[in-house]
Parts: sequence; structure tokens; C-alpha cells
Amino acid sequence: MTASSTLLAVEGVRKLFPLGRGGVLDRLRGRRVPLLHAVDGVDFRIGAGESVGLVGESGCGKSTLVRLITRTLDPTEGAIRFDGEDLARIPARQFASAPQRPGIQMVFQDPTDSLNPRHTSRDAIAEPLRRLAGLSGRALAERVEEAAAQVQLPEALLGRYPHQLSGGQKARVGIARAIALRPRLLVLDEPTAALDVSVQAVILHLLADLKTRLGMSYLFVSHDLDVVRLLCDRVLVMYLGRIVEEGPAGELFALPRHPYTRALLSAIPGQAGAGAQRIRLEGDPVSPVDPDPKRCRFLGRCPEGEAACASASPVLLECGPGHRAACLRLPPPGGAG
Amino acid sequence: MDNRVATLDATSDASRPSALAAALRHARYVLGENPVTAAAFALFGAFLIAAVAGPWLAPFDPLATDAARALQPPSSTHWFGTDQLGRDIFSRVLVATSLDFGMAFAAVALSFGLGCGLGALAGYYGGWTDRLVSRLSDTIMAFPLFVLAMAIVAALGNSVANIIYATAIINLPFYIRVARAEVNVRRNAGYVEAARLAGNGELRVLACHIFPNILPPVMVQISLNMGWAILNAAGLSFIGLGVRPPQPEWGIMVAEGGSYMISGEWWVSFFPGAVLMLAVFCFNLLGDGLRDLIDPRRRT
Repeated sequence: MTASSTLLAVEGVRKLFPLGRGGVLDRLRGRRVPLLHAVDGVDFRIGAGESVGLVGESGCGKSTLVRLITRTLDPTEGAIRFDGEDLARIPARQFASAPQRPGIQMVFQDPTDSLNPRHTSRDAIAEPLRRLAGLSGRALAERVEEAAAQVQLPEALLGRYPHQLSGGQKARVGIARAIALRPRLLVLDEPTAALDVSVQAVILHLLADLKTRLGMSYLFVSHDLDVVRLLCDRVLVMYLGRIVEEGPAGELFALPRHPYTRALLSAIPGQAGAGAQRIRLEGDPVSPVDPDPKRCRFLGRCPEGEAACASASPVLLECGPGHRAACLRLPPPGGAG
Repeated sequence: MDNRVATLDATSDASRPSALAAALRHARYVLGENPVTAAAFALFGAFLIAAVAGPWLAPFDPLATDAARALQPPSSTHWFGTDQLGRDIFSRVLVATSLDFGMAFAAVALSFGLGCGLGALAGYYGGWTDRLVSRLSDTIMAFPLFVLAMAIVAALGNSVANIIYATAIINLPFYIRVARAEVNVRRNAGYVEAARLAGNGELRVLACHIFPNILPPVMVQISLNMGWAILNAAGLSFIGLGVRPPQPEWGIMVAEGGSYMISGEWWVSFFPGAVLMLAVFCFNLLGDGLRDLIDPRRRT
């Protein structure tokens, strides 16, 4: 991928949440407030028209990263370049009126929670068009109906309130709202996690279809690896606020380099490969509060951890074309790979 | 294309009256399902008519005294009897409705506007705004409320406007608390985040997306509070603050009749008191019905 086709570049983004505010006494004693490292130095790029999967277990910082990228949360440091412009400089509270706002839209995890109970489907889909595209009257109605048609939402349902819709219909409204503005980057935060399995499949096909028709870039957050394999060109694996492996979907699934990725992949139920052995991770992740910067965060759960891992934090290193992993046990670049 | 535009026009024209029809249908459904609510609305309607058209409906001049007819018991001419100056109590009760309702409405409107505004800001922004607003409401709550209202009227001066301000101030904390709590649980809801992504600034998100959703619980609060505000305004008049004697007002009328209770002329206090009670009762019943009417999730 060349630099010119890069749509979104996330560079060294960190988000640290202070735990508590620290009393006056603590400050006088010079005691520091403990910091929760939700996102701790993340770099990646999304090309124009590319779909990137972001996987990782609960609490690894996926949702925080999503909120940073959709600009509803301010990063502690780092740059979020969208079309070359650093969005991290615009405070989240003012981003609603930024010119880039229509370019980044989002499909939420819970379709019920993400629809205003007092707005009909038509209101929900019309809201971004009215606010950000300045449409009204007939032009607005046409765009709303076009978006509804794109997600195969029957026009008769446009007058209904969320409580009168089924889960799948609500999901369609949520997607129609997000694509109505024809954003260049669509962030999908586990869009099928709250749906029945049968509805999930339909919605996933719809999303795959929309991607090819509308040419948007996707950032697809999920913990369902099969879904990611189906929809994504490239995959990012996140663990405790950091990306531990990234690579083209096919290669990453075929030849995972990081032990965490291997464990994740072996956990996919109903795998065909008879040789695939289930790697069971023991224990819980280490605390994300003030983690030791000179220690691999996966150590303790890593089935391959060794003494050296306790004294050096691994960085992402090239281990194949477009494939990078952060593990000390990988052969140095230029060696075997 | 022309065809499509025509159908669009047709649907948008048709949707406006049908929205009104749907609202009416919904109102009829809620009232039909709940006869108590219907009765409360009917009573409220009667009070409103009395408040607006009281002076025209009254059979006698509420201020005209007639020593010859003093302290007559209820009869077919004087339905509620006459008071110590021979004034018709029914006419006085009827005419007083506008003053009592007016004071309560104004006070509740003030505390609703100010209280919900402050509470919503506190719940939405948190931090210093929240601490400031919450301490303000705690401070008001720390006083016995009726005594605080007395003190405010005594300090500001003895007038109807000051009764309204006093009643509004002592009711502020209830609105602040309800609005703060309801906004607080919704400020990170998915649809709020979605509204931000749709290009709504912070205040717009609060006013257009969160606020309408907190209206059902606030409506119940308003209705309960109306009864309380009427009682409070009448109570202040009862102890001699605000409204001055010749003017008909329920609280004053109860106070004036108090001394005749012992001598057997019960009707002088009884009827204004009973109407006052009925008004409070009506507003308490109205609360649940209003919530059902305003909540779209109850719509079928």
C-alpha cells in the first residue's frame, strides 16, 4: 500500500485514564495518581477502500480505540491522521462541527441502545443528513429512502419507533444511519454481537455487499474471528492496549506469529484442521494500571514466555510482507523471514 | 422521477394529519384503559374552565358584601353558603381558582425550567458544574421547606409575585435531582454517542436528544409538584402572607372561616378546603396518566 492511498493513519496514540483524582495530600507528598493504560502506543494505517479487522479480548482497549478514532474521546497523546490532517488536534467536544465529521461514521454494538427511543427510523436516518449535509424537505426524504433501500429496510418501517422493530431491523436502521452520509471510513463496533445467529449472517452479508458497492473503508471490531476472516483484508490483534500482531487476513490466519494470536485462533470452535491443538491461556491478563514498561504484557499467560521477556518490552517487527508481530521470540528481521 | 416525487409529496402530506390522528388515538387509548386517569383529566378540565371563566361563571360578585345575608348555610341560592360578610362562598371559590392555579402554574413553570436546566447540565457535564449545582440543591433541602418559603416571602416583601418565587425556589431541588439523575444515566447511551457522530454539539445533544427522553419522569414530578405548589401557595396565604384579605383565595378563605368552625358555621372553611384538596388529589392522579401519554414506548 502506498502512502497516497492511506485514509487513516493512527500514530503512537495513547489514552491513559487517571484512576481517582488524587487528593491534595497525595499531591503534596508527590504521589502520582495511578493511570489505566487503555490504549498504549498504537500505530496502524487503513487504506482507502480497505477493510481492517480489530480483534482482541474484552477489556483490551478496542472500544477505547474506537472512540478515539471516531473522535468522541480525546487521546492523551499521538496523532490520528485522516486524509493527512491530524484530527487529534481538534478537541472531541468541537469535532461535531469539524469538516471531517461526515467522513467518519460508526455502527454501534447494541442496536437498541443506539437508537433514540423517541425518534422514528426516518428521524434516526435523517438526523446526520440534516445536521451534516444540510439537507431538508424532499432531498432529505429521498436520501433517507435511498439509505433505507441500501440496507434493505422496507419503507413501511420508516415511520416506526425502535421498540416497534426487531433486532435485525434496528441493526439495519443503525447501518442506514451510518452510511447515509456516504462516509469514507465506517467503524463497526461488533455490529452483530447483540443479534441472533441467523440475523447475524444476513447482516454480515449486507455489510460485505455495502463495502463493495459504496467503496468505504471499514474498521471492523469484533471478537468473532470467523467474521473478521470473512470481511477483512487485514487484521490487527490487540492485547492490553497494544497491537501485538498485524497482517493480511489470509496470512495471519494461516501463519500466526504471536503466541496470543495463535491462542485466539485455536479457540475458534469447530475447526476443521485435525492438527490444530487447542492452546489454553491460563490466568488473567496483567493489570492495565501502570504496567511495567520493561516487561512483555503477555508474560504470565504466554505459553512460550521465557526469562528475557521479563526485562524487555517487545515492539512490532516485520516478519513477512505487511506482516508485523511484537514478540521477542520471533527471529530478528532479515534473519529467517 | 416525476412519479416518484408525486408519491413522496403524497406521503409527506398524508403523514402530518395522520401523526395528529395517531396522537389522539393514543390519548383515547390511554384514557380508555385507565378510567381513573380519565376522571383526573376531566377534573383538571373543570378546574381549567373555572380558572379561565371563573368571573363570568360566578353567580354573585365575589367581593359584594351583604350584612343581612351573613353566615347563611348552603342553600339553593348560595350553594356553598355565605361568609361572615355575606359574600357568596361558591362564587369566591370559583373566582379564586385562577389565582391559586396561576400561582402554582407560574411557580412550577419557573422551577421546572430552572431546575431541569441546572440538573441536566450537572448530570451531563459532571465535575464542578455538578458539585456546584448539587450543593445548591442540598442547601435548599437543608431548610424545612415551608419555613424557608415563609422566610423568603418575609424578606422579599408581601406580594403574590414573591409567593410564586418562594414556591419556585423550594421546589427547585426536586427538579434538579430528577433531571440530574435521569441525564446522568443517559449521557453515555449509544444514541447519545450517535447524535454526536451526527454532528450535534454538546448542548444540542443535551437539549434535543437527552432532554426529551427524561420528560416522562419529569412529567410525573410536575404533576405531583403542582398539587404541592397549590398547597404551599394556599398555606402561605393561610398564615397571612402574600394575598390580601378581600381578594378571594382558598388559603385565606380557610383561615377566615377557622374561627367560625367552633360556633357551627362549618361551610365557611369547609368548601374552600375541600376544593383545595380536590385540586391536589387531581394533580396526583394526573401524573401517571401524563407519563403514559408522553412516553412513545406506550404507543401501540
